[in-house]
Amino acid sequence: MEKIPILRMGEFLLVTIQVDMHDRLAMTLQEDLTSRISETAARGVLIDISSLEIVDSFIGRMLGNIAAMSRVLDAQTVVVGMQPAVAITLVELGMSLPGVRTALNVDAGMELLKQSLNGHKAKKNVRRT
Amino acid sequence: MSVVHSEIIPVASEPDMVTVRRRVREVAGKVGLSLVDQTKLVTAASELARNTLIYGGGGTMQLESLNGPRLGVRLTFVDNGPGIPNIELALQDGFTTGTGLGLGLGGSKRLVHEFEVDSKVGQGTRVAVTRWK
Repeated sequence: MEKIPILRMGEFLLVTIQVDMHDRLAMTLQEDLTSRISETAARGVLIDISSLEIVDSFIGRMLGNIAAMSRVLDAQTVVVGMQPAVAITLVELGMSLPGVRTALNVDAGMELLKQSLNGHKAKKNVRRT
Repeated sequence: MSVVHSEIIPVASEPDMVTVRRRVREVAGKVGLSLVDQTKLVTAASELARNTLIYGGGGTMQLESLNGPRLGVRLTFVDNGPGIPNIELALQDGFTTGTGLGLGLGGSKRLVHEFEVDSKVGQGTRVAVTRWK
């Protein structure tokens, strides 16, 4: 069966969506990601959608679901690389991806994940002392 | 209004939706729609194809490129499904009888210039949208 690969890099999981996703593939990714987060105890998920030519309400909902599910599993999600035309269309469609953190590119997204992870660790240390 | 090109694409399975998006993109590009306009039309096509598939039980999309008075692309989705009892309600954001977000019909209306729904309960639904250059 067709699957979107999920790469592990330290405490983070990386997903690059490079195919035009049909709905079932999006559902499979959602399920695969949640099980990988729990297996690997990942603290962050970075989803690169720079190859996606459209994000419709279904894919938008999937991104929102992944962000919510990973949050429940104590991981942060950042969606990176949205094309400007996709952003314009998505907002006009009526979806502004509430609850989904975004960054312009992979570098900025990784930085955001590292910062939030460091912030999290710092908070834990404060509590311990 | 003259039709330059016309083709019919089945909308009967999820892979068909991918074909719909690809062909709409290709034709919209050929007509000369800007990247943003192409993206809007392809996104509308994706939403409407999903409606045809899920609520209409499958159907077809007619893809036409128009020339005169302006250049444009028209998409007509037809199914023989249960029909929409209350179109006004169905066009409201957030209204859904399924499991979606209820953005399909109302959302795609905002992405095109012309939008026409014709539905008869028990007989089917026809949705035609046009985006002009």
